[in-house]
Amino acid sequence: MPSESEKSGAETTALEGAVVSPGTGPGGSEFAIVEADSGARQGGGPWAIAWRRLRRNHFALFALGVFLLIVVCCLLAPVWANQVAHTGPNQTHTLEKLHEGGEVKEVVEPSGKAIGPQFFAAGGKFFLGADGHLGRDEMVRLLYGGRSSLFIGIVAAIITTILAVVFGLLSGFYGGWTDTVISRAMDVIWAFPVVLLAIALGIVLAVGGLEIGPIHLKSSSLWIPTLIIGIVYTPYMARPLRGEILAFREKEFIEAAVAQGAGPSRIMFLEILPNLMSTIIVFFTLNIANNMLLEAVLSYLGAGVQPPSSSWGTMISEGFEALYSQPLLTIIPGTAILLTVLSVNVFGDGLRDALDPKSKVRFEARAGSSDPEAIGPV
Amino acid sequence: MGSDVSGATSTEATTAPSGALLEVTDLVKHFPIKSGLLFDREVDQVRAVDGISFSVDKGETLGLVGESGSGKSTACRAVLQLLKPTSGSVKFEGQEIAGLGRRELRPLRREMQMIFQDPYASLNPRKRVGQIVGDQLKIQKVASGGELRKRVEGLLDRVGLSPEHYNRFPHEFSGGQRQRIGIARALALEPKLVICDEPVSALDVSIQAQIVNLLDDLQDELRLTYVFVAHDIGVVRHISDRIAVMNQGKIVETGPADQVCEHPRDAYTKKLLAAVPIADPRESAARRAERTAAG
Repeated sequence: MPSESEKSGAETTALEGAVVSPGTGPGGSEFAIVEADSGARQGGGPWAIAWRRLRRNHFALFALGVFLLIVVCCLLAPVWANQVAHTGPNQTHTLEKLHEGGEVKEVVEPSGKAIGPQFFAAGGKFFLGADGHLGRDEMVRLLYGGRSSLFIGIVAAIITTILAVVFGLLSGFYGGWTDTVISRAMDVIWAFPVVLLAIALGIVLAVGGLEIGPIHLKSSSLWIPTLIIGIVYTPYMARPLRGEILAFREKEFIEAAVAQGAGPSRIMFLEILPNLMSTIIVFFTLNIANNMLLEAVLSYLGAGVQPPSSSWGTMISEGFEALYSQPLLTIIPGTAILLTVLSVNVFGDGLRDALDPKSKVRFEARAGSSDPEAIGPV
Repeated sequence: MGSDVSGATSTEATTAPSGALLEVTDLVKHFPIKSGLLFDREVDQVRAVDGISFSVDKGETLGLVGESGSGKSTACRAVLQLLKPTSGSVKFEGQEIAGLGRRELRPLRREMQMIFQDPYASLNPRKRVGQIVGDQLKIQKVASGGELRKRVEGLLDRVGLSPEHYNRFPHEFSGGQRQRIGIARALALEPKLVICDEPVSALDVSIQAQIVNLLDDLQDELRLTYVFVAHDIGVVRHISDRIAVMNQGKIVETGPADQVCEHPRDAYTKKLLAAVPIADPRESAARRAERTAAG
């Protein structure tokens, strides 16, 4: 840090700067040295540092690219459906025939076997073939199903994050009875295996729908699986956050804020929360992947997205009936889930490395059994 | 600020009976040790501060020494109401502040500040220097916007940092520089009383001297009153007018700095003084021989 020693004039900084500068970066001394050597200082905030670290992780950026591509494709589902395939996601074509050059193909053969992938042979119709005996366009369903799956994945992650941050802050910061009540309530959710709890809730709500005051959700609403998934994952995020808050609460900078006359909300939101942002972002990202997997599981078991709406989970479930004759109907949505979840996870890992290289925070929802409080440096 | 110490320098203030700025009487802070399966109950207490009394006059520096765990830091926090004292009275300018609520304390917070021990833990890593130093101006609604920035830059300059450091983050600074930021934060609203909780013990020796000198200069400039805590009696002697020695939550000896250091009355004070390292190895060896002969 050559710039510092010049200005504050005096004896002091020259010495101090020389002694400590290379190791002062909170994350990895490697970075600080690089920075010191480069001389020209770019903005040195924690976010700028994280961004520079992330930018060097090409694998993670590639994963982000894949994920964004998938999202864009799914958002463009209506365009494909109207302009290319000229059909809707739930439209059946059981008795239709396809004119391809000189050939005429039946969309669904009398035996019940549906047409395979045509790609652009029929002008984009039945790009990935038709699904089972109903003869719906697989590609259109895949894109619309992706919308449902991504919607559930992302919105449920937002719900989880908001709930977890609110409960984590309240219980971690206030402690005492507030903490006891919130933590025990979380334990109740925690005590059930995620999938079991989600199935139980899903089946109950899929039958009757949900009615809370003025809000009425139909049993086929996408919001039902979204809410269920958002809630069942909350403790898995709230508890590690609470642990971090407990650690931050004891830091001297919190005492300094109290000594300045800051109130609890100022301390929670302006002193503690900014320090949690990197953890929250990492959790949020990895949570999306977990949510999409859970959605697939629920939909496969009939407790998630309800037919005729499609999601990747329901598509696997429907394709499973014809697993031997038309394995593609299972493989295609399966691959879509795999690609999405993998890209989100790889990007999330990269984000964690960039934001918080020292911590070993893991989103352990799938493992379930592991110690939720084991977040400190390992 | 309305400080009306009638032009007294720090030395005059100690002799002139200008009245105590801070008066602590029988201050007690016990921490409960809880245990229990479902419901915690108190099984024992840690008597961190066990009935201490002292007073600090305007412009004076009171040194508070004692080994680690003797309750110095707890005493500081109980005085500033960062910890609720178990019992006892803390009077600031004659006003009782023990047991006041947060809102009642807020205006008083302007008058008394703290400099913390660990310059790495006492600055929020996610806040810029300008925010760290300037937040109190905002909390107390004294200044904002350009006015705030100007004042913060003035403060940074005063503690030996550059105004250009305004937008930097704490991790870009060395330990000594961070402590200067901590000092600037404490001085933001020109308090009357500053409690320095081991402000130099986390720094290496060459920088310790700089920080101590800075604190000295600021005291003259701003007519500050210090309670200076340290476990190193040498540092405390250098800066203090009077010294109080703490051991196991109690004050065992109080007196003018030179008297306590030259003619300690209490056995614990003698031990503390004997623990001060001596730069000359021959004298050090002689002292050690003397001690083994005696004990």
